[in-house]
Amino acid sequence: MNGRPVRKMRKAVGKYWPWFLFACVAALWAYSLPQSDFDFGRKAGKNLASFLVEMASVLPPMFLLVGLFEIWVPRKVIERYAGLRSGMRAVPWMILLATVQAGTLYVAFPVAIGLWRKGCAPRNVFIYLGAFSAMKIPMLTFEVAFLGWRFSLARTLISIPVFIVLAVVMERLLPADFRPAGLEEQGEGADV
Amino acid sequence: MISLWIITGVALFVSLAADRKKTLAAIRRGLKMFVGVIPILLGVLAAVSLVLTAVTPRMLERILSGKGLLPFFSALGVGSIALIPGFIAYPLAAVLRQNGATVPVLAAFITSLMMVGVLTLPLEARFFGWRAALLRNGLALCGAVIVAAGMAWVLR
Repeated sequence: MNGRPVRKMRKAVGKYWPWFLFACVAALWAYSLPQSDFDFGRKAGKNLASFLVEMASVLPPMFLLVGLFEIWVPRKVIERYAGLRSGMRAVPWMILLATVQAGTLYVAFPVAIGLWRKGCAPRNVFIYLGAFSAMKIPMLTFEVAFLGWRFSLARTLISIPVFIVLAVVMERLLPADFRPAGLEEQGEGADV
Repeated sequence: MISLWIITGVALFVSLAADRKKTLAAIRRGLKMFVGVIPILLGVLAAVSLVLTAVTPRMLERILSGKGLLPFFSALGVGSIALIPGFIAYPLAAVLRQNGATVPVLAAFITSLMMVGVLTLPLEARFFGWRAALLRNGLALCGAVIVAAGMAWVLR
C-alpha cells in the first residue's frame, strides 16, 4: 500500500548518504574545534583531510590515463595478451601492471574497469586486483622494514597462488555474459 | 605521486600532438568517470575516517594480542572492515608482534586489510556492481584465511 513512499525514501537514502556522512564528519570537526577535551571530531577531520589529499593527488591523473588508454589502445592488443584465450601468459603482465602502481585498492578500480571494457578476461582483471592488493613494491619495502623479510617474503609468495586461484574461481562464479555494472552507462563508444 | 602526474602530463602531450579530437574525447571520458564516483568516494572516505578515529591502536593491541582463535578472527574482522594506510598498518603490526601477536594473526590482519574492504564496498559496487563486489570480498576473505594458514605452516 505504501510501497511507493518507502521506495522513494530508499532511493533518496541511496543517493544522499555519502553527502550526509561527509556533512557529519565536517560538523563533528567544527564542533570539536573550540573544545580542548573533545578531540574526536578534530582527529576525524584530520583523517578525512589526509584521505582527500591522497585522493586528489592520485585519482585525477589515474582517470585521465584510463581515458587515454580507452581511446588509444586497440581492443585487439588487450584481447591478445589478457583476453579469454590468453591463458596463463597474462599473469606476469597483470602483476607487472599492478606492482608499479601506488595507492590504496580503490585507485585500481578504474584501471580494472578500463581493462575489462577492452576485452580483458574477468580472471585477469581479478588477478590484477589481487596483485594490486597483495604485492605492491613500495608497500613491500615498508613491510620488510617493520615485519622482517622472512614474513614479507612468505606472505607475498603464498599470496600469489592464492589470488590467482581466487580470480579463476571468481570468473567461474560470475555468469559468462557478466558485464561490470555501475559505470557502464558512461562507457559507450569505446570499442576501438 | 609526482611521477604519476609527470607520466600523465607527457601522455596527454603526446596524445594532443597526435590527435587533438581523440585526446579531448579521452579527457572527457576520464573526467566523466571521476565525477561519477566523487559522491560515493566522499561518503566512503568519511566513513573510513570515522572508523579510523574511533578505533585506536591501543584498542587493536588489546584485541589482537594473545593466543587462540579469538585474536585470529578479530584480526580478520578488523582487517576486513578497516582501511588503514600502510604507513600506519605496518608499524602497528610490528607493535602487535612485540605484544605477543602470533604469525597467523598478523598475516590475517595484513592480508584482509589489503584484500577485503567492507567500508569501500559501495565504491567497489559503483564500478563492478554489488554482485561482483560482494563475491570478490567474500572470496578475498577466504583467501586471507588461506594465506594466514599457509604462513602458520611455513613460519612454524
